[in-house]
Amino acid sequence: MSEQNINVTLKVWRQRNSQSKGGFETYPLNDVSTDMSFLEMFDVLNEKLIQEGKDPVAFDHDCREGICGMCSMFINGRPHGPKQAVTTCQLHMRSFKNGETIVVEPWRAKPFKVIKDLVVDRSAFDRIIAAGGFISVNTGNAQDANAIPIAKENADESFAAAACIGCGACVAACKNASAMLFVSAKVSQLALLPQGQPERKQRVMDMVAQMDNEGFGACTNTGACSAECPKEISLTNIARMNRDFLAAEITNK
Amino acid sequence: MGLTGLFLCTFLVVHMIGNLQLFKNDQGLAFNLYAVLMTTNPFIKTVSYLLYLSIIGHAIQGIYLVFKNKQSRPVEYAVYDGKASSTWASRNMGLLGTILLVFIAVHLSDFWFEYKFGHVPYATYATNLENGEVKFMPAPAEYKQFNKLEETTMSTPEGQFKITIVKNLYLEVAEGFKNPWLVIVYLLSMCAVSFHLYHGFQSAFKTFGINHPKINGAVNFIGTWLFAIAIPAGFAAMPLYFFFK
Repeated sequence: MSEQNINVTLKVWRQRNSQSKGGFETYPLNDVSTDMSFLEMFDVLNEKLIQEGKDPVAFDHDCREGICGMCSMFINGRPHGPKQAVTTCQLHMRSFKNGETIVVEPWRAKPFKVIKDLVVDRSAFDRIIAAGGFISVNTGNAQDANAIPIAKENADESFAAAACIGCGACVAACKNASAMLFVSAKVSQLALLPQGQPERKQRVMDMVAQMDNEGFGACTNTGACSAECPKEISLTNIARMNRDFLAAEITNK
Repeated sequence: MGLTGLFLCTFLVVHMIGNLQLFKNDQGLAFNLYAVLMTTNPFIKTVSYLLYLSIIGHAIQGIYLVFKNKQSRPVEYAVYDGKASSTWASRNMGLLGTILLVFIAVHLSDFWFEYKFGHVPYATYATNLENGEVKFMPAPAEYKQFNKLEETTMSTPEGQFKITIVKNLYLEVAEGFKNPWLVIVYLLSMCAVSFHLYHGFQSAFKTFGINHPKINGAVNFIGTWLFAIAIPAGFAAMPLYFFFK
């Protein structure tokens, strides 16, 4: 792909803190290399803002290689931008046209309070995990690998669910701001393995209860979450969680 | 939501099969007898109360869902590209459901209320028991018996006849659909049914945890071809049939 430079206009959500009102600021940015990642483009913008003596745009980022789940921009109406199965850090400026106006917003959901600009508080996810997204393991020496037989299909499905990086794109994309895809991936990765069985029923009930307490919306099976998920977590996880939840509701003590 | 929704789907199938009697060219005898069956059979009467409850429950839960889910996103996006990741129907179930609720109110007041509490004229049918020919005559105006149906057998020099006196709901339907506005309301509502069920039928299965490649094909096929296409098209054909008849 030949390198070239493009000019873009950025409309970025600026908000001083969680209490303040916030609004859009427009920044023209010229000579943007199409080989830049979206976050690198924001680095260039922030350099420019700092040189002008302005407050740089706050945004979340960490590994910048698509596996940590920190970056979280809602770009032109879609989480992580227009490409499928990529995080914002893996989105490149070649995906945009010369002269394009790009609207960048933070994730919007009641449990995801804006901390500053594009940074939102995703600790609701941590509390859901803490409510049941774990297994009990005895301390001491590590067990031999493969001591417990696990069907290949289950191991694969569990691994696919465990690919969830907890970025929150599913909540951001959902018209109901529902966290069902995230929670169902975290329930499924353990429900599919023998090690996850002892707490299976209690886990699904506790995690769903925490999800509801946080104020996430209810699932209406639109499928937007899975379509926008950078790790392509499957909708079948939601069905699995619904199944487990129904069974647990009926049979748990 | 899924439970009541699927129950309402099964009702539509029964309603469709029953209403196909409208297309029988017998001056409405079969349809009028069907209406009597539907309003007198104790089993059907029991199920119909379950049906009314389901409609109300489905509507209340749907309205609650829409408002609860709105609260989960207090600040809306300035730009939201919904069509990139989901179908229009799936994002507008509340709107479609509202249209359907209004339609159900109109539909019930047109026919159900008229039949039960309004003034539906009676009709008399004489069926020739030898060749099955049906002769139709309006019942005398003063015929005001409480019975929905009266059947007798009569022997005449021309042969054996079965005389049926029945409330003529068929006439109400046939007259009603001469009104172009009513036909338009019905056609638009059937479009709403189509989109509502295109998403709703398969979504109900997912709610119950049934989402597996083994059966998704069948669920999507039935949801699309039967519930989103065949059933709304069949119902839409009824007002059109009487409008152009």
